[in-house]
Amino acid sequence: MLAEQPPIAIDVADLTVAYHERPVLWDIDLAVPRGVLMAIVGPNGAGKTTLIKAILGLVPPTAGRVFVFGRPYAEQRHLVGYVPQRGSVDWDFPTDVLDVVMMGRYGALGWVRRPGRAERAQALAALRKVGMEDYTARQINQLSGGQQQRVFLARALVQESQVYLMDEPFQGVDATTERAILLLLQELRSAGKTVLVVHHDLQTVPEYFDWVTLLNVRRIASGPVAEVFTEENLRVAYGGRVPFDSQRKVEA
Amino acid sequence: MTPGSLLQDLLFDYTLRTVALGSAILGLVSGALGTFAVLRRQSLLGDTVSHTALPGIALAFLLTGSKAPLVLLLGAAAAGWLGTLLIVAVLRTTRLKSDSAFGVVLSVFFGFGLVLLTLIQKRPDARQAGLEKFLFGQATALLAQDVAVMAVVGAILLAVVIVLYKEFKLAAFDPDFGLSVGLPMRRIDILLTSSLVVAVVLGLQTVGVVLMSAMIVAPAASARQWTDRLGTMIALAGLLGALAGVGGAVASSLTSRLPTGPVIVLCASAIVIISLTLAPRRGLLWSWLRRLRNRRRLALDAVLLDLYELSRQHADRAHPHALAALEAMNQRGGVGRSLAALAARGLVQAVSADAWNLTPAGRQEAERLAATLGRRP
Repeated sequence: MLAEQPPIAIDVADLTVAYHERPVLWDIDLAVPRGVLMAIVGPNGAGKTTLIKAILGLVPPTAGRVFVFGRPYAEQRHLVGYVPQRGSVDWDFPTDVLDVVMMGRYGALGWVRRPGRAERAQALAALRKVGMEDYTARQINQLSGGQQQRVFLARALVQESQVYLMDEPFQGVDATTERAILLLLQELRSAGKTVLVVHHDLQTVPEYFDWVTLLNVRRIASGPVAEVFTEENLRVAYGGRVPFDSQRKVEA
Repeated sequence: MTPGSLLQDLLFDYTLRTVALGSAILGLVSGALGTFAVLRRQSLLGDTVSHTALPGIALAFLLTGSKAPLVLLLGAAAAGWLGTLLIVAVLRTTRLKSDSAFGVVLSVFFGFGLVLLTLIQKRPDARQAGLEKFLFGQATALLAQDVAVMAVVGAILLAVVIVLYKEFKLAAFDPDFGLSVGLPMRRIDILLTSSLVVAVVLGLQTVGVVLMSAMIVAPAASARQWTDRLGTMIALAGLLGALAGVGGAVASSLTSRLPTGPVIVLCASAIVIISLTLAPRRGLLWSWLRRLRNRRRLALDAVLLDLYELSRQHADRAHPHALAALEAMNQRGGVGRSLAALAARGLVQAVSADAWNLTPAGRQEAERLAATLGRRP
């Protein structure tokens, strides 16, 4: 008897991104089931950020396609939330925290319509979830790294998406923020959301995530952490130089 | 020239009124739209558009034989637009970085424009084109109808900014995110860039090709110093631009020798310098004062703590200590001055000519400081 398969949240096929001499992503096939918390890891230059951007259509692929819940991504944008790297914006921009979070509703508002009371309330709710409700009027150039990260998270949360793509949300944040973000991700998973996270710290992969994709231009391996996060796969992904304690056993 | 007669001239002298109005509109529009260029780190775009416009002006004349401002400015706009398209193409296909791409296209177009201008001047035409007036502007040649056109176009541009405020804000802050939430960021980008092209072209008659970039960048850079809110920044940039425009028009009218365009730019530059130095919080003057105040506080804290350390080594807490001892402990110098300041705050007292000790208040403050520094009291 066939078990009920969970629907595939993100289905990537043959994705290739190549500009100049060397390809950034080559022939990526990925099937992410609904409701997993997945880490994307690989060495520098492996194409992790490019993968996220290619899924989101921010970077034109040379080949391949992306489906979200069975339909092309272009039709499903409203189902996907994006948390870019902190360094991708100029934090000296003249705006405050609440304003940035409300930007998450701009897509739903469409052309010309300004955010109103409803959007404000949604933004406040999202800020409460990340613990930043006291910072609504704070200029974004006065935020710490962890606070900036939380603002980006809140901005993604207001979209009430089904899938979240996050680019190194744990990079350069303090321990408190790291715990807070992890709790948030686990909450999202409990709510049935699918979360893909480009992650930089191999040490914490078994502890934080239940699925992992190892990437180095090609897809080295992808699946549940217990099956896939092995020394052998890591060696292949990192070219023999695994940058952490290889004696550490993978959590069952 | 009394203020009264100046105001009279402003209202009733046709030339001054026209030039001042035209310059004000130019400043308002270029300031407002320049805000987005500056925020997107595309300040060079204003410069590029204005310089690439030159061959457009020349070609418009060569092709139509007309010197009508509208015709020439349409040519300018077309060339400016072409220049930005070319830059995008260069960035996409070559490995040139942004600043090099801008610089190359700007120089090539401008050089080509200068060649065309020279060719036009050498033609045995009775109608000397006088197109070189577009290099530095000739505000005094502005007619009421030119200003009317500027007013209408300017109003349209400002309306676009108001209507598409949130779209432009997103394009300036995080266009990738905008794409991810489904907004057509490429179209918005084209709209924003086009508006900037039109804003630049609008000012070419008054300020000229070479200096127009100042009117795009300076008011916005000034405005940023005074506010942390985007809406206020746009409005303030427009206001400062208009101020520079009117100020320049009036100042250059006071003597017959000063060309209006460059004087307007000088006014804009003066506004920038004032904003960079005097603005609260971000201004240089205030940062310097803040730094001085912090240094003084650190110096006072150091002497207070030194005195505290010395007092802890004595059974008798009230035992006074020699100035020389404090000076030996202190690497900063200025101990005497610090002691005087501390005494003025009631934290230390001079027991004799050169011996000092802590007052009870001083001891309390020192203990508090020591605690924050992690030393045991």
